[in-house]
Amino acid sequence: MLAYLVRRLLYALPILIGVNLITFALFFVVNTPDDMARMQLGVKRVTPEAISRWKAERGYDKPLFINDEAIGSAVFTDTIFFSKSARMFAGDFGRAEDGRDIAREIVSRMGPSLAIALPTFIVGLLVTVSFALLLTFFRASYLDFWGVVLCVAMMSISGLFYIIGGQYLVSKIWRLVPISGYGGGLDAWKFLLLPVLIGVLSGIGSSTRWYRTIFLEEISRDYVRTARAKGLSELTVLFRHVLRNALIPILTGVVVVIPLLFMGSLLTESFFGIPGLGSYTIDAINAQDFAVVRAMVFIGSVMYIVGLILTDLSYTFVDPRIRFN
Amino acid sequence: MAPVILWSDVLIWLLVVAAIALGWLSARNPLLRAAWQRVGRNRAGMASATVLLAFVGVGLLDSIHFRSLLESSAGPAAARPAAQAYSVDVLSLLDVALTPLRTRNEKTYSEPLATRAHAKESTEVRAADGRIRQSRDYPRLKYGGAHLGADEAGHDADVGDRLLRASGIAALVWGALAAAMAGGLARAEACSRREAWRRIWRNESDFAGNAVLVAMAVLLLLGLSMAMLATPYHVFGTDKVGQDVLYQVLKSVRTALVIGLVTTLVMLPLSIFLGVVAGYFRGWIDDLIQYLYTTLSSIPGVLLIAAAVLMMQVVIDTHPHWFTTAAERADLRLLALCFILGVTSWTGLCRLLRGETLKLRELEYIQAAQAFGVSDLRIIARHILPNLMHIVIIALVMDFSSLVLAEAVLSYVGIGVDPTMISFGTMINNARLELAREPMVWWSLAAAFVFMFTLVLAANLLADAVRDAFDPRLAGSA
Repeated sequence: MLAYLVRRLLYALPILIGVNLITFALFFVVNTPDDMARMQLGVKRVTPEAISRWKAERGYDKPLFINDEAIGSAVFTDTIFFSKSARMFAGDFGRAEDGRDIAREIVSRMGPSLAIALPTFIVGLLVTVSFALLLTFFRASYLDFWGVVLCVAMMSISGLFYIIGGQYLVSKIWRLVPISGYGGGLDAWKFLLLPVLIGVLSGIGSSTRWYRTIFLEEISRDYVRTARAKGLSELTVLFRHVLRNALIPILTGVVVVIPLLFMGSLLTESFFGIPGLGSYTIDAINAQDFAVVRAMVFIGSVMYIVGLILTDLSYTFVDPRIRFN
Repeated sequence: MAPVILWSDVLIWLLVVAAIALGWLSARNPLLRAAWQRVGRNRAGMASATVLLAFVGVGLLDSIHFRSLLESSAGPAAARPAAQAYSVDVLSLLDVALTPLRTRNEKTYSEPLATRAHAKESTEVRAADGRIRQSRDYPRLKYGGAHLGADEAGHDADVGDRLLRASGIAALVWGALAAAMAGGLARAEACSRREAWRRIWRNESDFAGNAVLVAMAVLLLLGLSMAMLATPYHVFGTDKVGQDVLYQVLKSVRTALVIGLVTTLVMLPLSIFLGVVAGYFRGWIDDLIQYLYTTLSSIPGVLLIAAAVLMMQVVIDTHPHWFTTAAERADLRLLALCFILGVTSWTGLCRLLRGETLKLRELEYIQAAQAFGVSDLRIIARHILPNLMHIVIIALVMDFSSLVLAEAVLSYVGIGVDPTMISFGTMINNARLELAREPMVWWSLAAAFVFMFTLVLAANLLADAVRDAFDPRLAGSA
């Protein structure tokens, strides 16, 4: 078990290095720092001095990979690659355009992101799995047919419309909760209610359909027929046998996203004005703050890889065949 | 007139050619032909295919561009400069067809089919006694309902009259189409027309003709009504700067189609080539390709797209001399977006194809081919690729709708198409605060919603039909 975990972690290392190289290539090789400086400074203020000052302030004035002028190990460390990319492994993301430390900003913004993403995830999972089980129980009936039609219709609506429509109905017409904003402490619930509701609603269509397919595939297996032949009720078959066996394909899709919950949702957070990581990313994109986007790409991949490892671990809990191998 | 060939136009027409080639291939391959026939029997699938064809028609009309000659340079030959001056506006055939919608801009918001503006305005009215009086009222629109003149009370009657005429024409056209279909079926199945008509509606033929006819009826009715009303009125109202919303919605269709289709054009060669090579040759090639796609897919999609688009913006902004017109710049940005979406989304299909190739290469007939000394290239082309076609086709149709949805989100986030390019995303982005206005402005959002929903729903339903028909696990049960 431990050896397995260590092996998985070692597999993750080359992938992270690859991600690091890709982001480095994207941000520094496709465009030179000069181009970025020109873009940031605007057309009017571009002078060679302004560009070199901009680069010097951000430490972009070093060579990319190898610094011929330095001595000793500084040949490699006094370069853009080392100071901007390699240091990310140590959790050092540098500073944003406004001078704040990115790592500290990320830690402080994680809370609001999680406050939205975690309830959305849990409630969403419960709702969709129960809905899918309901459709499976009434399979090949009118309820099932119209349920699937509803799902297809719901997944054909853009997420933007869920948010715009939800804000309009709940906050403007019914005036139940504030339209956007965020407050700390216990008062936060009224700001969280609507985003969570909309998040759950917009995810129902595609996930329910997917879970229903999994359940239907499972329900045609031989062991289900045996269970029915033993005289078990359909409900017992569904919950004791089908649901448990369907957990493996469900876990594959679900556990991967758990670490990514930290990253928040770009759309929801920007529409509801929640100071989380999603809105941080959007603001960085709009302000063309390359350092922040670079940091978010890196953290996002770290989270995804953690998710993959967690998925493998969760298999060992639900599938004895894997545990005993 | 000088034709302007935008890169996305080239790719769109290339796709049309590819679709025809795929049709020709499918007709020759009995398995694919049977699968397409199963799609043809699916009623929901065929109805949505009809709707999609209408969208594609609009998109194709919008994909032939040209620049018109400036009037000054079209004057007498003596005054004409040596080089003819062309307008900087790049127009498409659709723009020409929709000239009244494109050019007749109001001042600002107006409701659908309105004759007066949406907000009150102070105007100076000369009273009967000659004095000028300030009056605050809803001003008449410049174009909306202008043909009514002073007779604004006749508005409802005029709209009703036009709708009635539209339904009349729709009924005539539909009747002709239905008769043609019955005639075609009668010839194909060697029966009388009456019998063919009965088979279509009883669902006894090999083609879901009834669904197609119903979809056509709805399309004709709605389309012709809109066409009849679009010239004198603004069917979906006007937006903040007074532009007709119907025009914007129709222009958005092409953007959505380009994103949905051209992206797959980028994605397919990558995923097919790498997937087959990895699965067939195994060994270090497989390890390398697996490493490549695991690394790429471990970067969350939106973030990778955001990073790539940011970098693309820098390239475009620092090289303004590459583009002669704004349309070309917007077009290149659209293509770059397709390219980025394609590069970030090939990994899923590649993984599927690799797995399937691994399975296929162990089968007896491929082992036999190898034993006979058939070259690897030939085995891949003759035995492996045809057996992967169903996965490719399913992936193609499944991706379309999610890409159209993604465009809207990306444009909202600011990493989508060029802000000057009309698309569903930019429409929603411009209109998202309008619901909060007093009085509320709902028509831009509603129009974008209806068109986008129809497009994506049709794509989803067709994708389901195609998947059911092509997936060997499902084909038996359907």
